Amino acid sequence: MCDQTFLVNVFGSCDKCFKQRALRPVFKKSQQLSYCSTCAEIMATEGLHENETLASLKSEAESLKGKLEEERAKLHDVELHQVAERVEALGQFVMKTRRTLKGHGNKVLCMDWCKDKRRIVSSSQEHAVTMPCTWVMACAYAPSGCAIACGGLDNKCSVYPLTFDKNENMAAKKKSVAMHTNYLSACSFTNSDMQILTASGDGTCALWDVESGQLLQSFHGHGADVLCLDLAPSETGNTFVSGGCDKKAMVWDMRSGQCVQAFETHESDINSVRYYPSGDAFASGSDDATCRLYDLRADREVAIYSKESIIFGASSVDFSLSGRLLFAGYNDYTINVWDVLKGSRVSILFGHENRVSTLRVSPDGTAFCSGSWDHTLRVRDAFLFSCV
Amino acid sequence: MAQGSGDQRAVGIADPEESSPNMIVYCKIEDIITKMQDDKTGGVPIRTVKSFLSKIPSVVTGTDIVQWLMKNLSIEDPVEAIHLGSLIAAQGYIFPISDHVLTMKDDGTFYRFQAPYFWPSNCWEPENTDYAIYLCKRTMQNKARLELADYEAENLARLQRAFARKWEFIFMQAEAQVKIDRKKDKTERKILDSQERAFWDVHRPVPGCVNTTEMDIRKCRRLKNPQKVKKSVYGVTEESQSQSPVHVLSQPIRKTTKEDIRKQITFLNAQIDRHCLKMSKVAESLIAYTEQYMEYDPLITPAEPSNPWISDDVALWDIEMSKEPSQQRVKRWGFSFDEILKDQVGRDQFLRFLESEFSSENLRFWLAVQDLKKQPLQDVARRVEEIWQEFLAPGAPSAINLDSHSYEITSQNVKDGGRYTFEDAQEHIYKLMKSDSYARFLRSNAYQDLLLAKKKVWLL
Repeated sequence: MCDQTFLVNVFGSCDKCFKQRALRPVFKKSQQLSYCSTCAEIMATEGLHENETLASLKSEAESLKGKLEEERAKLHDVELHQVAERVEALGQFVMKTRRTLKGHGNKVLCMDWCKDKRRIVSSSQEHAVTMPCTWVMACAYAPSGCAIACGGLDNKCSVYPLTFDKNENMAAKKKSVAMHTNYLSACSFTNSDMQILTASGDGTCALWDVESGQLLQSFHGHGADVLCLDLAPSETGNTFVSGGCDKKAMVWDMRSGQCVQAFETHESDINSVRYYPSGDAFASGSDDATCRLYDLRADREVAIYSKESIIFGASSVDFSLSGRLLFAGYNDYTINVWDVLKGSRVSILFGHENRVSTLRVSPDGTAFCSGSWDHTLRVRDAFLFSCV
Repeated sequence: MAQGSGDQRAVGIADPEESSPNMIVYCKIEDIITKMQDDKTGGVPIRTVKSFLSKIPSVVTGTDIVQWLMKNLSIEDPVEAIHLGSLIAAQGYIFPISDHVLTMKDDGTFYRFQAPYFWPSNCWEPENTDYAIYLCKRTMQNKARLELADYEAENLARLQRAFARKWEFIFMQAEAQVKIDRKKDKTERKILDSQERAFWDVHRPVPGCVNTTEMDIRKCRRLKNPQKVKKSVYGVTEESQSQSPVHVLSQPIRKTTKEDIRKQITFLNAQIDRHCLKMSKVAESLIAYTEQYMEYDPLITPAEPSNPWISDDVALWDIEMSKEPSQQRVKRWGFSFDEILKDQVGRDQFLRFLESEFSSENLRFWLAVQDLKKQPLQDVARRVEEIWQEFLAPGAPSAINLDSHSYEITSQNVKDGGRYTFEDAQEHIYKLMKSDSYARFLRSNAYQDLLLAKKKVWLL
């Protein structure tokens, strides 16, 4: 049993509100008064805020930022690429295009792989089935492979059950799930067909129940449009990362809706975020023409992937299965392949005739697909010739 | 043309964030272009070249540009330098003097630099009236070099039909422009004419060429002054000039409130208290993970028997679908507890092992909770109750062993019956399995035999 302290309760008229309550002593400028508990609470919070102006709060925040940077810098004892010097260099890569999917008649803005590793959905087509959405900016395959989610300028995310019966009208079976107040920039199913995570130009992310369309959780914190998101790969994880036009990447707890970590080192919009396969880190691609790697355990940026000759923004990034390679599609029509550990570029891929807008490695890592404003999708793989 | 002569500095590009979403790229290109033209610090040789009876003023060859890019931007492969040069041309900063198609070649082809007046960073969105004036003006001049190309003639015809009512106005404007042009010095005119043409090659590209003025629609909202009427290339002001359909009203910027900053302060304090790892440790961890998985990465280590995308043979995928795991796959189960949980076949083997030890309730509980989180909202409450009854309620048939603290929390949560009711319990069971059963499974004969391919998988 713990000690119990007994409080002597004095009943009387509160000095502030004059109601008959249990009173407690309260000191205001060295004068003792008797307040009821409600007024005492209010006074406590007011007292804290009395001398706070926007300016003083801002300066407090600034000094905390400085302190945080100091603390992190103490742990920054070495660079990743320095430690990675002992790692064997990758050989020469030959990447070949294995499939070119043409005939969209539209810019390809987004794509996703089906878990069966073979099928792809993109903003204009799935297989040979034309998507009934216009202005689609985001699309995702359901884990079961039986449905697709998509949305864009309609501010919604809608789910379409897939059917291979060409006579069936896909649009008729559409189910509107998410409603934002601005364009939908990204969507992803969680590990189930029943929940969808969305990101929007309205600056928020949200988790939705597919069947009822109900909002399960919303995520506020970005100061501008959210452009991308990625779910953590862990079996038990309940987190995801988002990137926005406020140059911030934020990691969220799906259960509480709280931001648990934030990273702000990019110099412009973050167009794409993707977790490193272990879930301990994630990469981002930005309009500032760099890609960066952030580690969650160090709570810090650990690598930058950039070159003087790369001046156009990176629109989309993804890792190979082992996390050794980072594929990044750029607005200069190319794809750069980076050695994640050493920080160097391994390969540059040409072929697209306009911006590369989307890029994903297949679920089993056997190939990667890029979509472009040139109306095509290209599926590519790699041969690696080892250094002799 | 409504511009001064010579090298006019582009109209104020203050904050790279403002105006066009492409501004950040324009600034970088302008930096490159400026350095390229600076003969004091090793810029490209810009010369006047003699040709037949005339001179070609102010040109540089493609080769010189490509060489300069390779040297000054540390580019090793000329292919890359040519590609970058082509992009700079396509954006409208350099152009071939004898071609409408804006591309770069690594040869003796002549290029000229665009005048800052015409730079894309000025946020030009020229109207069709301006284009009509331009094409009309070209037909008024008797120079062979100004003859309209086929696609331009087609465009002109189309514009004449569209602007039939105000063609007189357009014609007058074109005449006025011709008059202004005539007053200029011959050499200057050559240069300005070519720059003007290059400007229109960007904004009205040759059919089949990429229109680099297209913007990412998600970023268009941040254009400044959405209501402002667009400026005319030729200084034409007209009531009927339309607004860009792309200029959507930007959202009112939400001001930062005291509450926002208080939240930020709370967040920052939490971050300061966070226990973080040293970079050296993190680096070791990333390297170790990558090295362990490199043999499983089909883009680095060729897949066995073959990569379906290369060989067109789906044997690899068929094998993965079968219940017979390869040695390589079995080895992977030993990398981490998550690996065996992720793999259907691995999970089954682990479950069989637990059943043989009469401790399968832990894994079944874990799986049930995972399944709960995947349920539609309306089914959640029912499933919570089922799990409680099966695993936790007094007298439960598959009672799991939880410490009293966790049990307390869980029984409280069950009252609300939400998706995350069993999070705490699941975490405990996960840790328990990981440190106890999983470790023993890896040491067990069942696993070792599979690993060494001595036996086949346990079937039901």
